[in-house]
Amino acid sequence: MSEKVGVYVCHCGTNIAGKVAVEEVAQWAGEQPNVEIARDYKFMCSSLGQELIEEDIKDKGLTRVVVAACSPHMHEKTFRGACQRAGLNPFLFEMANIREHDSWTTEDEDAATQKAKALVRGAIDRVVHHQPLEPLPVDINPNTLIVGGGIAGISAALELANGGHHVYMVEREPSIGGHMAQLDKTFPTLDCSACILTPRMVEVGQHDNITLLTWSEVEEVEGYLGNFTVTVRKKARYVNEELCTGCGICVEKCPKKVVDNAFEAGLGERKVIYTPFPQAVPKYPVIDTENCTYFIRGKCKACQIFCPTDAIDFEQEDEMVKFQVGNVILATGYELFDVSRIPRYGYGRLANVFTSLEFERMVNAAGPTSGKIVLRDMETQPKSVAIVHCVGSRDQNYHEYCSKVCCMYSLKFAHLVHERLPDAEVYNFYIDVRTPGKGYEEFYHRLLDEGTNFIRGRVAEITDIPRTPEEEGKLVVQAEDTLLMLQRRVPVDMVILSPAMEAYADSREVSQLFKMGCDFEGFFVERHPKLDPVATMTEGIFIAGACQGPKDIPDSVAQGAAAASRVSSLISQGTVMMEPVRASIDEEKCCGCRLCNELCPYNAIEFHEDTKVSEVITALCQGCGACVATCPSEAITGAHFTNKQVMSEIEGVLWDVITSEPVPA
Amino acid sequence: MKEYALFPGCSLEKMASSYYVSAVETARKLDVELKELEDWNCCGATTYFHVDELLAYTLSARNLAMAEKAGLDLVAPCSACYKNSYFTNVYLKEDPDLADHINFALQADDLQFSGSIKVRHLIEVYVDEVGLEEVKSQVSHPLDGLRVAPYYGCQMVRPRKEGQEIRDVEQPRYFERLLSAIGADPIDYEPLKVHCCGGSLILTSRRAALSLVRNLLQSAVDRGADVIATTCPLCQVNLECYQKQVNQEFGTELSVPVMYFTQLMGLAMGIKPEKLGIGKELVSAAPIVFSSVGAEAS
Amino acid sequence: MSEKFEPVIVGFLCNWCSYRAADLAGTARIKYAPNMRPIRVMCTARIEPQFVLKALREGADGVLIAGCHPGECHYVEGNIKALRRFTLLKQMLRQFGVEEERVQIVWASASEGTVLAAAVDRMTEQVRALGPLRWKETVLSGNGHVEAVAVTEAEEV
Repeated sequence: MSEKVGVYVCHCGTNIAGKVAVEEVAQWAGEQPNVEIARDYKFMCSSLGQELIEEDIKDKGLTRVVVAACSPHMHEKTFRGACQRAGLNPFLFEMANIREHDSWTTEDEDAATQKAKALVRGAIDRVVHHQPLEPLPVDINPNTLIVGGGIAGISAALELANGGHHVYMVEREPSIGGHMAQLDKTFPTLDCSACILTPRMVEVGQHDNITLLTWSEVEEVEGYLGNFTVTVRKKARYVNEELCTGCGICVEKCPKKVVDNAFEAGLGERKVIYTPFPQAVPKYPVIDTENCTYFIRGKCKACQIFCPTDAIDFEQEDEMVKFQVGNVILATGYELFDVSRIPRYGYGRLANVFTSLEFERMVNAAGPTSGKIVLRDMETQPKSVAIVHCVGSRDQNYHEYCSKVCCMYSLKFAHLVHERLPDAEVYNFYIDVRTPGKGYEEFYHRLLDEGTNFIRGRVAEITDIPRTPEEEGKLVVQAEDTLLMLQRRVPVDMVILSPAMEAYADSREVSQLFKMGCDFEGFFVERHPKLDPVATMTEGIFIAGACQGPKDIPDSVAQGAAAASRVSSLISQGTVMMEPVRASIDEEKCCGCRLCNELCPYNAIEFHEDTKVSEVITALCQGCGACVATCPSEAITGAHFTNKQVMSEIEGVLWDVITSEPVPA
Repeated sequence: MKEYALFPGCSLEKMASSYYVSAVETARKLDVELKELEDWNCCGATTYFHVDELLAYTLSARNLAMAEKAGLDLVAPCSACYKNSYFTNVYLKEDPDLADHINFALQADDLQFSGSIKVRHLIEVYVDEVGLEEVKSQVSHPLDGLRVAPYYGCQMVRPRKEGQEIRDVEQPRYFERLLSAIGADPIDYEPLKVHCCGGSLILTSRRAALSLVRNLLQSAVDRGADVIATTCPLCQVNLECYQKQVNQEFGTELSVPVMYFTQLMGLAMGIKPEKLGIGKELVSAAPIVFSSVGAEAS
Repeated sequence: MSEKFEPVIVGFLCNWCSYRAADLAGTARIKYAPNMRPIRVMCTARIEPQFVLKALREGADGVLIAGCHPGECHYVEGNIKALRRFTLLKQMLRQFGVEEERVQIVWASASEGTVLAAAVDRMTEQVRALGPLRWKETVLSGNGHVEAVAVTEAEEV
């Protein structure tokens, strides 16, 4: 049975009609095989234009529609809607792009008209082979998984939980809070970080709608949008959470101290049974089995002996927790660039070179020096401090990107030094001072008023080898002062390095677990850098915070809330319709070669051991067509991009040069 | 028996003749034959590349082409010669136009560059090709606890070679491993071990170079070195021959022996000091010889 | 009416990058050769070698495949898959006696309208210089079968 195609050639005012002879094309289209009616019209996308289509479908019994106009990215949806309203399946429609790809790209009117005919014929020949397709309904489980308990994750969790939806929050460390819990003051307001963070942490910990799984990691994720099955490994704390009251006697009585490389950034110590910081949520301590005397030699057990509720359980094992969610928000945060990768800066070799996190802990009133700024000997106060911007960032040897927050926190450090050591000289070595947020530039001016020395030059070397008597016993920071055009050697007592924010080293594994992508730097890839920064290419997986790219606290909070809002909207829709442009395998034709299995970037193809054929998990398939092209048995069909459709389109666009003799297919 | 084409370079002929003889002596002990490249020419040193790049590359390429003809990898004991030859080899392979251009000139000498051989520094050969186990096996008089400052200099490690990380440039360890293999005690000479000695600035901008030399010597002394070992003739000269001037300029009293690593290796292998070119230094190496191999050898 | 030979080039453009690049070229009113007739696919990974051969057989003088830059494919690495197939296809086409320039692959991200336009211009001129393909005469022998052209020099893959 032949089809009845309606062809509509749009003038688009003079945008198309100015170069393409639209009436001629319409008339010519009317003479092509399968075409029932062909019209030209000034503005097809207008309501009148759409009504033309709708009426023709009803009156003339059209079975297919072609609109030759602008790009499908502009109006495919519009015309599909028109078809649908008239009772025609929206996928029985095709557009020919004769504006962006034709009339706008050439001055040659003959060539433009010729090309328009080719594109229209291609669309006609293709649309004849279109099949009606139905979008796939998918139910959305109202629970959400949030990976990461930093400020972005907390922000997202509270938005969702307060909205009445249940959240599972999985955090790798023993407590939520992330890096923000380590900070002392936050720029530019100099709010105490813990003071603004801890109330939120408590809210999360106490919320009925949040299941908090700390000291845990996601091990496996199966499923698709609306229907994820997540397996989490809840690592053994060796503390029974049912019995523990958080009294802290175990920590007090523990006889062994070790250097705290995590929370205290190596500057302070903690006990072997510990909570990372006093306001930890949850309050349950955790035992560091690598350093615990009991786990090493079977002795001690002081914590168990003194625990008033008998909550210590050395036999405790990791627990696997499984649950269903509809959406996932990844808010896994960042780590700092390893400054020992720049040996010239002397970190590790020169005692008084500090990283930003070490300094944060130092200035924190609850930190290892009770907020005093001192040298590595924990005693001497420095009389001069150098702060080095752009360590590992804006650097072709390490990371080219700008880490966005370091200028601000470097200024913050300068301020804190001025505040606590009023007589100290402070030198900030910078390339540019980047202060784009609210109150940020004003903060910079304040620092200028406070007498900070700003030297515009990338630091070449930090050394303890003196060249003059003034440099004896000091750390010398050598940089080219590009404003004075001089090499400068500035002797100081203490150097603080401001390293770049980096994605976690295992971000690639994490992204593979969730079947989404990382960019070259390891940050998670957003769906669109401008218009969709919290969604990913994988339906149902969202990202928020520094794991998407370096950013400060307000942006992390905003992204957390944005991701929560997206999830919320999906939950309230209840059922979501997914695009039917997907692959499917004809199991009769499948020979079980499994070539397609490995190719699929979304692991959307399953191999059935019993029947020895592969099957596409429709909901996971994103419709790229890689498997379709690969299958040697031609067993895989790519809906809406079938071989017949594409081959016909090829023949169509070549209508004027096509070989006269039919060549065997 | 490993064979290499030896590229002595202009300095090993005269100024660094002790490097030449000690290189040949140690090579013999390690079953390495260093065949001097016939009719070799200057590598272009530092200056020529700033005068005429194309001609400078041609000079180096000629040496490479001759080594190719002999079918042997090129070994340069001098760091500058090594650097020039190594990177000429790299650039000509990266830039076929440049290679064509230069090959056109080389044709006149019936030579052709094709990039088939490798360029090595002598210390690389000993550490990587011969191997430290072999070196150790030839040590009859280990330099018991002799504290040596391993001075790599800058042209041997920079520019960064393909596959290397920044740490390989800033914190290499192979010189220390070689010194340990011959029984010496390498001091921690970071960060100056890969810093410049001043190079040819000693002629054109003397005070700047002297201040660099002074730092190197002072750091070695402060870290307890008995001797500084070098891998480059210009480094050796700068460090050894200007100590009087450094003292005059800066009011210091520095006196540090500076020797080639091949001389130290030779002593450890029991070769007589005269055969290693020892005895002609401005800062006498006698204490080193004495402490390492005793009165019998000195 | 010009006597000049106007090559017909079929273009396979991926929905996310190169198709949008072509859209952008139009929106920016960049003028380039009208000889390329675009066909949309979701990803260059969908392009079967048969599509290319079909186009050449049905009268196209050249085929342009345009996708996202490696590392930026919307479907992770579809463009790499396309590149692999393209490399093998090129070898086959060489044996058919089809010139290098007739089938090309370019990368253009959604913001690179100028890149795509330049590629089309360049390819149009290259194919124009080669003349019409005439698949039947060039590739098919008298009895309608393909006869391989002897490959004389070592081919670099």
